[in-house]
Amino acid sequence: MASSKIDDPRVIEFDVRTDEMLINMGPQHPSTHGVLRLVLRTDGEVVSDVEPHIGYLHRCAEKIGENLTARQWIPYTDRMDYLAAMNMNLGWSLVIEKMLEYDLPERGRHLRVIISEMGRIASHLVAMGTYGLDLGSFTPFLYGFREREKILNLFEEACGARLTYSYLTPGGATADLPADWTGKCRQFLAEFKEVIPELHTLLTTNSIFVSRTAGIGVMSAKMAIDYGCTGPVLRGSGVYHDLRFHGEERYTEMYDGYVFDVICADPATGKYPESNYEFHGDSLDYPEIPRQAVLGDCWHRFYVRMLEVVQSVRLVEQAIEKYEATSGDWGTPIKLVQKLPVKEAYMETEAPRGQMGFYVVGNGDSIPWRVRARSSSFCNLSVTAPLCQGILLADIPAIVGSLDVVMGEIDR
Amino acid sequence: MSDIPLVSELRLKFGEGIIDVNLEAIDEWVEVNPDVLVEVCQFLKEAEGFRFDMCNSITVVDYLHTDPKKAAKVDWEPHLEVVYHLSSIATKLTLVLKVKIPRWKNGVEGDLPTVPSVAGVWATADWHEREAYDLSGVNFLGHPNLKRILCPDDWEGYPLRKDYEMPLEYHGIRGR
Amino acid sequence: MADFVNHILTLEDSWIGYIVAALVAAVLILHVVAVGALLFIWMERKISGRIQDRLGPTRVGGKFGWLQTLADGIKLIAKEDVTPDLADKFLFKIAPYVGLAASYAAFIALPFADGVVGQHVNTAVFFVLAVLGLEVFSVILAGYSSGSKWSLFGAMREAAQVVSYEVPLGMCVVVPVMICGTMNLTTIANMQAGFFTNWLVFNDPFTFLTAIVYFTCATAGVNRAPFDLAEAESELVAGFHTEYSGLRWSLFFMAEYSSMFIVAALASILFFGGSHGPIPIADVLGLLSLDNLGSSDPAFHVFNEDGGGFFASLNLEIAIARFLGVANLLLKGTIGVTVMMWVRWSFPRLRIDQVMTMCLKYCVPLAAVGFLGATAWQALDLPTGNSLMNSPRYSHHELWTADDSESAVEEASSNEVQTPHEDDTHAAAKAVKLKTVPVSVVKGGGR
Repeated sequence: MASSKIDDPRVIEFDVRTDEMLINMGPQHPSTHGVLRLVLRTDGEVVSDVEPHIGYLHRCAEKIGENLTARQWIPYTDRMDYLAAMNMNLGWSLVIEKMLEYDLPERGRHLRVIISEMGRIASHLVAMGTYGLDLGSFTPFLYGFREREKILNLFEEACGARLTYSYLTPGGATADLPADWTGKCRQFLAEFKEVIPELHTLLTTNSIFVSRTAGIGVMSAKMAIDYGCTGPVLRGSGVYHDLRFHGEERYTEMYDGYVFDVICADPATGKYPESNYEFHGDSLDYPEIPRQAVLGDCWHRFYVRMLEVVQSVRLVEQAIEKYEATSGDWGTPIKLVQKLPVKEAYMETEAPRGQMGFYVVGNGDSIPWRVRARSSSFCNLSVTAPLCQGILLADIPAIVGSLDVVMGEIDR
Repeated sequence: MSDIPLVSELRLKFGEGIIDVNLEAIDEWVEVNPDVLVEVCQFLKEAEGFRFDMCNSITVVDYLHTDPKKAAKVDWEPHLEVVYHLSSIATKLTLVLKVKIPRWKNGVEGDLPTVPSVAGVWATADWHEREAYDLSGVNFLGHPNLKRILCPDDWEGYPLRKDYEMPLEYHGIRGR
Repeated sequence: MADFVNHILTLEDSWIGYIVAALVAAVLILHVVAVGALLFIWMERKISGRIQDRLGPTRVGGKFGWLQTLADGIKLIAKEDVTPDLADKFLFKIAPYVGLAASYAAFIALPFADGVVGQHVNTAVFFVLAVLGLEVFSVILAGYSSGSKWSLFGAMREAAQVVSYEVPLGMCVVVPVMICGTMNLTTIANMQAGFFTNWLVFNDPFTFLTAIVYFTCATAGVNRAPFDLAEAESELVAGFHTEYSGLRWSLFFMAEYSSMFIVAALASILFFGGSHGPIPIADVLGLLSLDNLGSSDPAFHVFNEDGGGFFASLNLEIAIARFLGVANLLLKGTIGVTVMMWVRWSFPRLRIDQVMTMCLKYCVPLAAVGFLGATAWQALDLPTGNSLMNSPRYSHHELWTADDSESAVEEASSNEVQTPHEDDTHAAAKAVKLKTVPVSVVKGGGR
């Protein structure tokens, strides 16, 4: 019955014992969100220990960064969190601009808000769809992807690519948005409004979905902070922290003048901020929180993502208006061989999956001395081991899916 | 974001442990003696007014010029720097800690330099330190599970070091 | 049928006739199973496509992809036969056949119309449930013999689930058996002949509840979503059939779809009138009177034993009536299967402990309540669906329980005289019913 090839004698002994099974949810598995290997020790259905093994997608991006100029390294950021590539580009662009102390013209800032929030919607649609898929519900996946197709079509018009864009560069963006892009974007948002309640019916309020996710994988706020979890994972545990409000000034000034809510439940009452947002004349009410949901469980993490999508739509609408109202330069990119000063800079941005940080050390050359990407999923995944002790086997996809990890940014 | 009260408190408490401070850098950093690293981190995590409860990232930067001509132009000796980026959810402050260590322990090539592990202070440091060990070859003393994380378990060498050469072959697969 | 064959071959009660009759029945049922599987797989792909806002197969066999399943079947047959190293070879190879045999055998006792059965089994309900329960063996064999932990997981879950759900399933099935007083599926179906108010599902609220619980337990019993964790793709790769490919895998698939059809057809016979539609078409068209259902009178055999030549001996009206009945049952079964597919593509999957909780804490008590309620309803003689329309149900029953004794026939005919719209009818029918012995020997028409 042994299908694992671990040579460690202790492991072989475990494998032969009849009371515990060593199961490999191997790198190839439909529900591990990429090439993640989870080694489980189970007693029948009850899992006693989970050990994640990563590194199957390690492509040495950081080493490569020591041989390329700042602008040349942007495609590598695309391929980290490939589902939210625009936000990765934004993070890298911001850190290089921080190092060069370069400020973007206003129109470029609004452009960046439009693009990164559309990227956030696209990323959350995948997160929601694949989470449903993990739990056995096939239809929301396709509904989510249908909407994502529209977003990708818009991105293709803007920069020519559907998945790995390399659009936002240090200095601005590679090109301005096409002439009728904002009109099409508005049309997409109008259509999207109809889909959001459908997705809530299919997943958020579905009683089977609730029974699979409510009360599962409960993570306290302290544990979340201790393990470095960020993004919806952190806010799902009731910690009020969003870099778009609380981050560095260079990042928060991008969102100056925008009205939106940080989706986070008040730990005392367990309630989320009221939806005081009118979407094309209809108010978009948030669905009720089910009885069984505990703050910090999988359901809340999922719920935060669903609500963030609405806030992103709100931001895109405001950004489109501001973008159209502002004239001027959209932000031309810096020189390809721009020399970096002998300084170092670190910058974190609020990517859809959490806080994505880039650290760059310059040494006067156009090629950086050291490049480091600190990904949100790396820390989010590390919480799997303590969370998955003593649960049932079927809960593992539920928990890993709620953390919404992308192996590209974990392994880089 | 004024760090000066922070720095003065640190100097007050740890004195010699705080080797250097640079407040003019883009992100102000404090260089710490590795011997007092864990205490400093514990203090930073718990002290009222600071409460750096999140360790964002642990990076190891290798300062070595393999080309002797370039090495002659810089004013630093070859060394490794372990850079800790910290932030506080409660107070929204950020801080950078640095620890400078030699590239090899006691100059013996192959002996990894040591730094005490802060995995006991922040649980997230567990995986970050494993990555630092894996890619840059820093031995974290007191780490619960110091194994390679990104490279395979039987990989030899520390890829992110400046003098690293890719092996010619790995299990029959050609390296270069 | 056997007698007819013997007559054709001018043999007297020979075994040849029986063999030929059995072969014909077997081939016909094989067609139902195979073509049914073909149709259902195509339907599933189209329905799932439409639910997911896409088209489904559109190329093979014209615009709607009718022949897609056939093409896939040919491809699967042509695949390499792979058996894992660690597998127990014999058990690994035999497992899909066990499943298919179990599914197929249950069709033997399923009446497609009045008198159109593979083999008249008096305790057909019992037979079908028992044979369907054998399907779990194939899953356990497959999971165990695959030599993979994932398959074993799937098999263990499946065994626990199916065996547990047989309890509420049995309890739900007992309700129509109790109301009709017989286990013979043909009789149960015939007793619901007439307008749809005669259907047992409208008999009383408890039977309605029982029908719903039955459908849920049946879905769980054939491992369809939301109870499909035995083959849960996203957790266990493919559960118990992970290691199967090619023809063996397609046999598992066929067994699953034919089981789905059986439980849906069983639901329609037990609760929804079987081959008797919402309106009694055969009666309306004058093809076969309701009073002559289930009659053993040779006049109502499709193939008359006397009369020269093959076509002259064909009683066309009866044949058309029976054909309509078969079409009706197939349609109802297909609707049941469609509902199962609809549910599958809409809901996420339940966890195994939630499945067990659902069975033991919800389905079993509900089935028990349904049973008690239905019994009480009958005992207290409260108004039922058919009594509201004044259509006699038990008169038919009476007709067949008669072992041709005169008293019974007299009672039946006197009942018929009083039939038109009088309250006595119901009382008389009830009086008649109370006299009959529950276990009856039915001389089904048309052998």
